[in-house]
Amino acid sequence: MSAATHDHADDHGHDHHDHKPGFVARWFFSTNHKDIGTLYLIFAVCGGLVGGVLSMIMRAQLMHPGGTMVTNGQTWNTIITAHGLLMIFFSVMPALIGGFGNWFIPLMIGAPDMAFPRLNNISFWLLVPAFMLIMAGLLLGDSGPGWTLYVPLANQNYQPGIGMDLTLFSLHLAGVSSLLGALNFITTIFNMRAPGMTLHKMPLFIWAMLVTAFLLLLSVPVLAGAITMVITDRNFGTAFFDPQGGGDPVLFQHLFWFFGHPEVYIMILPAFGIISHIISTFSHKPVFGYLGMAYAMVAIGAVGFIVWAHHMYVSGMDVDTRAYFMAATMVIAVPTGVKIFSWIATMWGGSIEFKTPMLWALGFIFLFTLGGVTGIVLSNAALDQVLHNSYYVIAHFHYVLSIAAVFGMFAGFYYWIGKMSGRQYPEFLGKLHFWVFFIGVNLTFFPMHFVGLAGMPRRYPDYPDAFAGWNYIASIGAFVSGFSVLIFLLVCYKTFTSKVKLADNYWGEGATTLEWTVSSPPPFHTFEELPRIR
Amino acid sequence: MQSLRRLGAAFLAMAAMLIAVPGLALAQAPHPWQMGFQKAFSPVGEAVHSLHNLVLIIITVITLFVLGLMVYVMVRFNRRANPNPSRTSHHTLLEVAWTVLPVLILVIIAIPSFRLVYFEDRTHEPDMTVKVTAHQWYWEYGYPDNGNFAIESRMIPTDELKPGQIRLLDVDNQLVVPVGKNIRVLTNSPDVIHSFYVPSLGVQRYAVPGRTIETWFKVTQAGTYYGQCNQICGANHAYMPISIKAVPPAEFATWAAGAKKAADSGQPIPSAGSTQLADAGVTTSDIRR
Repeated sequence: MSAATHDHADDHGHDHHDHKPGFVARWFFSTNHKDIGTLYLIFAVCGGLVGGVLSMIMRAQLMHPGGTMVTNGQTWNTIITAHGLLMIFFSVMPALIGGFGNWFIPLMIGAPDMAFPRLNNISFWLLVPAFMLIMAGLLLGDSGPGWTLYVPLANQNYQPGIGMDLTLFSLHLAGVSSLLGALNFITTIFNMRAPGMTLHKMPLFIWAMLVTAFLLLLSVPVLAGAITMVITDRNFGTAFFDPQGGGDPVLFQHLFWFFGHPEVYIMILPAFGIISHIISTFSHKPVFGYLGMAYAMVAIGAVGFIVWAHHMYVSGMDVDTRAYFMAATMVIAVPTGVKIFSWIATMWGGSIEFKTPMLWALGFIFLFTLGGVTGIVLSNAALDQVLHNSYYVIAHFHYVLSIAAVFGMFAGFYYWIGKMSGRQYPEFLGKLHFWVFFIGVNLTFFPMHFVGLAGMPRRYPDYPDAFAGWNYIASIGAFVSGFSVLIFLLVCYKTFTSKVKLADNYWGEGATTLEWTVSSPPPFHTFEELPRIR
Repeated sequence: MQSLRRLGAAFLAMAAMLIAVPGLALAQAPHPWQMGFQKAFSPVGEAVHSLHNLVLIIITVITLFVLGLMVYVMVRFNRRANPNPSRTSHHTLLEVAWTVLPVLILVIIAIPSFRLVYFEDRTHEPDMTVKVTAHQWYWEYGYPDNGNFAIESRMIPTDELKPGQIRLLDVDNQLVVPVGKNIRVLTNSPDVIHSFYVPSLGVQRYAVPGRTIETWFKVTQAGTYYGQCNQICGANHAYMPISIKAVPPAEFATWAAGAKKAADSGQPIPSAGSTQLADAGVTTSDIRR
């Protein structure tokens, strides 16, 4: 699909005479940041569709008590494991980091390309075998420890099949891919900014990507170490996490969440950056409190590294340790609050246009707030004792990830698709997509707070009949959001077949960053002459 | 959300009166369309409820405040209402305020939270100890202070349920404990990680291979309390519920003596006394074989 649409797009781009390589060289050996970004975005859509099909299966199963669709518990566990990993590593991260990051970091800082174009290419192409491996793990049906991969459940005794190893190798590859991407982003941002663009003049999306890249650089190696130890425990008789050999299963949890908690910020920070630009563009106002916004992200990233054990309040940690992690976690609310209020202050006094990207951004702010405040509840070790692993947690993290991060993805898509493709998206369908998705996800995830408070545990293929009512509503909501994906695909089709040509800066005077100074779509090579920032 | 919950509770109370069937211990198991916590029957559970009520009010106010600001901004500062945007991008006082105020709110939440975290941790005056050993996929409850015997507790399969029993929650042998006593819980597991989770008693701890984890609860009222395994533990994760029966201490002593004898001789474990389940119309002998 990508190739067709892009070649098609190029037919209309007669005004620039770039030398473009042939199809195979362009898409399979690509070193162009825009093409690699496009590949990432297509990949993310595919990953999201597969993960989404799994969610539909899960909600269909949970629509009624009695578990009539998936009757094998191991199959169920494999599905939920793959759903989590696919959505995180193969949809949200490729879209926000690989996709928008590759496309817009060079464009926004006025660089001709990324610092290491070939590294960039490897970083994308490692994801393809990673995806195949995780699909093999899913289809073989024997990788069901949950996306958190807790041992001993992930050990040879309890997940004997090779599918589990394939899933772990898949994460290794995805991890290397992220690491290479992070190195590339950091180098590019530090060294290739246009003359005059100091760190404190960088667009907020660049700040977001810089912090994200550092989080990846520091957290992914820890995951790699942890899963390597699981692999050797499984296959070579080591006992890193096996108490019978002197190991400790809780150590794995510490290592996993030392990666896993920064990971959730890795998913949301790029969305923060995108939302800041959209809010500013459509309010026709500069971002309010730019420095506060930038350093709030730095603070979130830094504090994000010292809160990991709030995922483990009931794992038998010492009470003083729990008290510390509770205090540290609550602190995150402060920089997050700064961001929320700064977005509102950006709109304050503005002249707001309610175009599709702005709807997604407004939805983002409200629903991220909603997901954020339930985080305050869960950060509380005292309350978490009753809420840990319940559907309240599912509701919380889907509000911040499945809703907020995905809203960020769609906001970025509608904001930049005209820039990337040179085509106009259909405004009405875009708004329809927003409203259907908005209603769908809220119907899905809001009732989960209720069953969570009532004590429904997660990762259950079947539940006591008392939980049936809200689960039914949640399933209806999931099907509504599933339907909205079809609208999105229609939007893509309409966009890529659109005949409307777009100007360089089709959003008007509110859009002030450098990507709006180049044509839509940008020429194959941009900024051969460096722009100067005053 | 608070008022919604109250509305929901009122509706539920009405519905419960209409459909109340003797034999369903409604108070301790989750209700249909329940929107809040299960009722608490332990000091920790009650403290959790009161802290949650405080936090819920705070977060509801914050959410409504943000929503209110957004609605105001959207109405007051849209293109039509305000065609000429301002260029303001700084206001130091405002920025300090929205950094400091959240800190103050967090302190308000933190003070009772710290107290509760330490209260939840363990009891310094345990009246008895229960060893909870989680297995794939059943629970084993040991009574070291009552003759050191252990019972195994498995879910009653759906096709063997008797009238009044709750699908996926009722078990063959309940964890029997005395009312009003501090019960020290020591969790452990020989296979994978499980989690001992009883919402109405406000208690949850993982059962982790290779380590013993301590927590505690005290049941304030005789009755049956349900929970479920709450850490993914393999294919039958959803099918290893916890059912706790709290009985008066004297009755517990009788039961423990009988249960030890039965456990030692391999007989079926007797059910606890003839006391009626709290707010239920059936005797335990109706449930037991």
